[in-house]
Amino acid sequence: MQTETQPAKLALYWAIALVPLAWGVYRTVLNAMKLFS
Amino acid sequence: MSALSFLDREHSVAGLGFNRWLVPPAALCIHLCIGEVYAFSVFNLPLTKLIGITKAAQGDWSLADVGWIFSVAILFLGLASAFTGAWLDRAGPRKAMTVSAFCVGGGFLVGALGIQLHSLPLLFLGYGVLGGCGLGIGYISPVRTLMTWFPDRPGMATGLAIMGFGGGAMIASQLSVLLMHHFASATSLGVAPAFATLGIIYAVFMLVGAAIVRLPEAQWRPAGYVPAAATSRLITDQNVDVRTAVRTPQFYLLWAMLFLNVTAGIGVLSQASPMIQEMFKGSVTPLAAAGFVGLLSLFNMGGRCVWASTSDLIGRKATYFIFFLLGLLLYAAVPSIAREQKITAFVLCYGIILSMYGGGFATIPAYLKDLFGTRYVGAIHGRLLTAWSAAGVLGPVLVDYIRQYRIHEGVAKADAYSATMYLMAGLLFIGALCNLAVGPVSRHFHQPNAPAAE
Repeated sequence: MQTETQPAKLALYWAIALVPLAWGVYRTVLNAMKLFS
Repeated sequence: MSALSFLDREHSVAGLGFNRWLVPPAALCIHLCIGEVYAFSVFNLPLTKLIGITKAAQGDWSLADVGWIFSVAILFLGLASAFTGAWLDRAGPRKAMTVSAFCVGGGFLVGALGIQLHSLPLLFLGYGVLGGCGLGIGYISPVRTLMTWFPDRPGMATGLAIMGFGGGAMIASQLSVLLMHHFASATSLGVAPAFATLGIIYAVFMLVGAAIVRLPEAQWRPAGYVPAAATSRLITDQNVDVRTAVRTPQFYLLWAMLFLNVTAGIGVLSQASPMIQEMFKGSVTPLAAAGFVGLLSLFNMGGRCVWASTSDLIGRKATYFIFFLLGLLLYAAVPSIAREQKITAFVLCYGIILSMYGGGFATIPAYLKDLFGTRYVGAIHGRLLTAWSAAGVLGPVLVDYIRQYRIHEGVAKADAYSATMYLMAGLLFIGALCNLAVGPVSRHFHQPNAPAAE
């Protein structure tokens, strides 16, 4: 079966999920840096 | 046709040519929200100062009272997943995710009302019972859906979803603190409005996940997919019904393995901040200890995706052997590393241990699928999650009890954790024995005349 690539839809869906996750990881890493400073 | 019929299973089946990589974000939308339960501790101290504001006053709740809210939520997560697993399989992911969104969002709103009225039973009922049920209903359905889309890589698929659960804790801990700061005033700590706002945000985000989730057609297979049953005797192409599965020794061996792996990890996770401060007295500040907890969360999240994907390559049994045997060695090494005050090695040891804690959660659905088939794996996974509830209560109690006992015996605080570490190593050894005993499910448990897989 041929699969549609749907690149715009893929980018939108993944952005919805990954942007909040990236924000949480970024803030956590910032805090974690204090362990070694 | 009913207005809500678009929630039905048959209305969420994808059309021809649908790209399966559109489905993991839907699963992530759910798990990124329900993972908030692991960050509940950020509310603990504010909830003990709702009346006194700057410090606890007469009539304020105690930390012990508030501490039980997390345990109640985890308990209802396990109960809901155990008792609704079969319904979730029938109802389909969209309906399950929608119900979960309303339970989680509603749980926060009822909890906010409980905080506003200073009613602890209402908070328990809202966040603990209603919210906990939402967590259980929301946990299984995305995992099961991804397994049907990725039969060629079930470990990676479940790892992706369950990674979201770990990541959700990181988002929630930051977001909750930001919202409390935003709503705080001279007369309020802002906990109730933060709760209400979180409830609305989570419900909306989860409903987005429910709207975009799709199921494959019954006989859909990825192009070029060859079932792995022919390559390993531990992987079946048959199905075992949930009521039959719970009568097999394999189910109880996997229950024990998940229970032991979670007990070992959650005990440390719950005490991570005081533990590093007491073992490295003078060199680790409370702020740095919070950084350590954050770092453990990162390893916990990363491990879910990395280990579950690895299990697709080396097999579930081998992956679990790594968890138990490497975990055993690391736990046994921690006391001497702490005595020598090697902080980097200490952090690395716990990072790897927590990566395997997360990996255990993420690999178990694929292990179940290998042994019992795809058809009832959601319901079987639901029953197995009672191991998480049991470990969620026992793990922290075990670590805390042994620490207190050792301190009462006159052992220095820095050394009080050593006995716990050796006990955890012992638990992991038992887990390795359970894993060793896991074999293929006997043919007479297989469902007769059923399609091999969905």
